[in-house]
Amino acid sequence: MRKFLIEGLTRRPLTEAGPEPADPALEDQGLSLRTTLKQRLGRSLSIRQVDAGSCNGCELEINALGNPFYDLERFGLRFVASPRHADVLTVTGPVTKNMAEALQRTYDAMPDPKWVLSVGDCARGGGCFAGSYAIVGGVDAVLAVDLHIPGCPPAPVELLKGLLTILESASARI
Amino acid sequence: MSETSDLTTTTAPEFRSGPTVTHKVSRTVWSGAVETLGQGQLTLLSLWASPSAVTMALLDEATKRIGILRVDARRQSFPSVGRLYPAAQRLERSITDLYGIGPEGGPDLRPWLDHARWGVTHPMGATKAGDAPVTYAFLPVEGESLHQVAVGPVHAGIIEPGHFRFTVQGETVVRLEQRLGYTHKGTDSLMTGATIARGAELAGRTSGDSTVAYAWAFAQAVEAALATHVPQRAIWLRALMAELERLANHLGDIGAICNDAAFGMMLAQCSVLRERVLRTSDLCFGHRMMRDCVVPGGVSHDLEGAGRVAVAALVKEIRGTFPSLVALYDSVASLQDRTVSTGILDPALAKRFGAGGFVGRASGRDFDTRRDLAYAPYDKLKFKVPQRSEGDVNARVWQRIDEVEQSLSLIDQILAGIPEGLIATSLAAAKTSREGLGLVEGFRGDVLIFVALDNRGKIARCHMRDPSWFQWPLLEAVIEGNILADFPLCNKSFNCSYSGQDL
Repeated sequence: MRKFLIEGLTRRPLTEAGPEPADPALEDQGLSLRTTLKQRLGRSLSIRQVDAGSCNGCELEINALGNPFYDLERFGLRFVASPRHADVLTVTGPVTKNMAEALQRTYDAMPDPKWVLSVGDCARGGGCFAGSYAIVGGVDAVLAVDLHIPGCPPAPVELLKGLLTILESASARI
Repeated sequence: MSETSDLTTTTAPEFRSGPTVTHKVSRTVWSGAVETLGQGQLTLLSLWASPSAVTMALLDEATKRIGILRVDARRQSFPSVGRLYPAAQRLERSITDLYGIGPEGGPDLRPWLDHARWGVTHPMGATKAGDAPVTYAFLPVEGESLHQVAVGPVHAGIIEPGHFRFTVQGETVVRLEQRLGYTHKGTDSLMTGATIARGAELAGRTSGDSTVAYAWAFAQAVEAALATHVPQRAIWLRALMAELERLANHLGDIGAICNDAAFGMMLAQCSVLRERVLRTSDLCFGHRMMRDCVVPGGVSHDLEGAGRVAVAALVKEIRGTFPSLVALYDSVASLQDRTVSTGILDPALAKRFGAGGFVGRASGRDFDTRRDLAYAPYDKLKFKVPQRSEGDVNARVWQRIDEVEQSLSLIDQILAGIPEGLIATSLAAAKTSREGLGLVEGFRGDVLIFVALDNRGKIARCHMRDPSWFQWPLLEAVIEGNILADFPLCNKSFNCSYSGQDL
């Protein structure tokens, strides 16, 4: 373990902090996101994620936001375990009829003000599952959606872009 | 009882090169097969229905032969398989939910996928307007000092939805009962009447973490039905994608299991390797998870020179970093304390349920589709099928560590041996109705896809059986007697698919 700890102190971080040519968009988003948070909300943003019927692809990419390359929490953004602690609800998947009530209840449990971000192609209109007897439709069939992030699944950078955008529209609403 | 050799007559080269031969059998023969299953002489590969019949796929692990039996179900019932072979029970309950065809003598007749919210009953059979939701009858629990903990469908982490009903005495889990079906999307019904291209799109979105395995199994089924020969280069590229997918999942999950024991350093380190695999996949094939990259007839992207260099560099990077992570895992006492002897899966149960993948292999079930029902190019590649017998969380972690090493070796061989040539061919036309079977070893285990095509080449029926069907029920057995706080560890060490099971 000592080896890893020493490496952690001596090596450059993997986190794509400076203007990295590989992902130039990433740090721009993160920096402006942090500024907006401080200026307008003055606190960090807590996100609750609900899978309303996805294939689990979107969940994998949302989880990737926590890896050292993207390091979501440095932007003041974090995923929380309870809707009671959340400002933003991200929803993936077409909303299945079996999940619609659980989704609604999760939203209802969140304190105001709150925002809804639908993630992935299925979350808009049900995507390739539209028309099934088991699908309510997209997220907007159950909740008012503030922003949609397309992709199948959206890459982590796209997810970060979306979180920034919703923050700006969220601030405008306060 | 029937002779196993009469029931399983098809070899892997046979069902992998042409249309599937399905045996229409009498109820007597069907029931004989069920008895043979119950005696442990055969393994159930899957069980599915069409509006007028029920079909089962059997495997004889000794002879590596399979058999597909179909029994008439026009009277809306068939002799239960789950009566003697418990692994079939959830499949039977799903058949009843979707088609209204019931298992005679079935031990559990409660709905499974149908939560009485679809607005209809039996959506794929004789459909009627649905009933109002009723309270699901969990199994009764009696005893002193018991209390229940209900978890889900919305979980605390960023994972799929499902409900776990724990009955605990103090901290110890006395019983876990799962209730799944929350992500049921009606994929089977969308498949019916779909074009092959549309079917491939849906298959690749059945369980997102196994999109390559599903797309390949679907392609195999269609290509077998149409007796289409796929160019060699495409087949080798499919294997490269499949091993990259296996690496990404194993690396991510090894870290996530350790994180569930509050050892975050492993998660951070492993997630770096996982991210590198995804970025390499993106560079080579244009998508981080290689979605829609395997298509019926071949693959959609060729491996260019830059991709080849990137894959070689990735293998080198993982070989350089991973051994010290394994050493770290093995040397931290507080981590070992959580994983060793936790969540033991009895090898007898693994065998009885035909549990595939690392779950089965960590409990002594020596089965890997790539070797035992071999398909190209694995018949030309050298690899070991690692196996363990302890069956605890630690064994499942080590099993995946060993499988990472095998995947790295396979990728080396693929880069060295991949033939030049075309990457896709056009599918032969279907002039008559025909059926095909695909079986691919995904990271989680064997993915089975059965496709029936009509005489216009449209999909008449597509059945997809995720490996999780035979792993989820075992998780209920594994947690018994463990403390509730170890459930996340046990669950993550299985990492079953909700969407793959719920479909």
